[in-house]
Amino acid sequence: MTFDINVIFSHLPEIASGAFVTIVIWIVAALAAAVLGFLVAVARRFGGVLLDRAFGIVIAVLRGTPFLIQIFLVYYGGPFIGLSLNPIPAGVVGLSIYGAAYFSEIFRSGFAAVPKGHIEAGLCVGLTHTQIVRRILLPEMTMLVLPPSLNMTIILMKETAVLSIITVPELTATLSAIGSQQYAFVEALFVLALFYWALVEITGWLGRLAETKLTRFRFFNI
Amino acid sequence: MSTKLFELLLQASIYTVTISVVSILIGFAIAIIVSAMLLSRQRLFVLPGKIFISFFRGVPLLVQLLLIYNLLPVIGINVPSIVAAIVGLSLCTAAYQAENLRGGFASVPSGLVESAEMVGLTPMQIFRRIKAPIALRLTFPALVNEAILILKASSLVSVVGIVELTRMAQDLAGSTFLPLEIFASAGLIYLAINWIVALAGGLIERSLPGVPR
Repeated sequence: MTFDINVIFSHLPEIASGAFVTIVIWIVAALAAAVLGFLVAVARRFGGVLLDRAFGIVIAVLRGTPFLIQIFLVYYGGPFIGLSLNPIPAGVVGLSIYGAAYFSEIFRSGFAAVPKGHIEAGLCVGLTHTQIVRRILLPEMTMLVLPPSLNMTIILMKETAVLSIITVPELTATLSAIGSQQYAFVEALFVLALFYWALVEITGWLGRLAETKLTRFRFFNI
Repeated sequence: MSTKLFELLLQASIYTVTISVVSILIGFAIAIIVSAMLLSRQRLFVLPGKIFISFFRGVPLLVQLLLIYNLLPVIGINVPSIVAAIVGLSLCTAAYQAENLRGGFASVPSGLVESAEMVGLTPMQIFRRIKAPIALRLTFPALVNEAILILKASSLVSVVGIVELTRMAQDLAGSTFLPLEIFASAGLIYLAINWIVALAGGLIERSLPGVPR
């Protein structure tokens, strides 16, 4: 067995471009998923029983099926209902919807975990509905949803690898292609694994750092 | 979409379930060893355990599968791709299950263990009669959750050429030009399997002896 890592380093520009696509798709999809998930959670809480039930079913379907099946449905099934997307937009749309299902559950449990007494106390001292949402519900919820949101963001980072299957030119696709052209599969996949490992560890570390800074006075707040 | 196509999907889903069940069981066995390493007082054991968990949780499962699938032949181990797929899924789920088990064993109340020592139980007896049952009871819901995650993740072994549910759906979608119907049906089958697992898990959980949370 020969392990020649130089084969990989002679393709640095392509690898950099693949890594760039991975990171951009990840950030765009994670932000879209968080915003969409928040809107769904708000709609479920304030939109009446019917809306709550309908979203409940959609979320159960999204959480109960593999992401790969969902992305195939968007990419290969989309053209049959007049929605023809290139791989990158299809990937971003698929990843955002998939992530939104999980984010909406995170925000929903965040809403539910704010003690009722705090909201009642707000009503007692005469705060309006909007004031209660802005000054009590949202700030207290933020503290609660930070750790699971960080976790979900990291999961979405790892799911970007799946997009290589629908030919999105991200890092997994790039390195697999280099590996097969140069007969250096193992080297390429090692570099790939190390890249993801480092990115996930760094994100987790930065996230936990931000968490401790933001929740320093948590003990007194909740 | 004809019932014939749906039957083909159902047949392929047997592979999905088999691969998942085998991987969960092997993963559980590995997880017991890794969690024991993590809880060991020897630093020599703790560090490899931590690196194992960090690696298999930090690298996408797809990359792990591709790596194992391509690495095994290079280092001279020629196995069918089904074995590579099961090895990959087992190692990945082992990392998550080990972390759960570690948490479960750590939350066994120390008072119970101390009182067992007081009445003269041996360390082995304490493990078998007190620590293990309580830890298993505490980690059972997480185990059901992990089973569902692995059932979904098993869709990725389609990339190493195993004709399970996802790969069958892909092949049929390509040959019949009915991607919407076929992928939606495959999704529904996954949903049904996961629903059954969640339901069965809930029933078993309620019948388990031990400390309720």
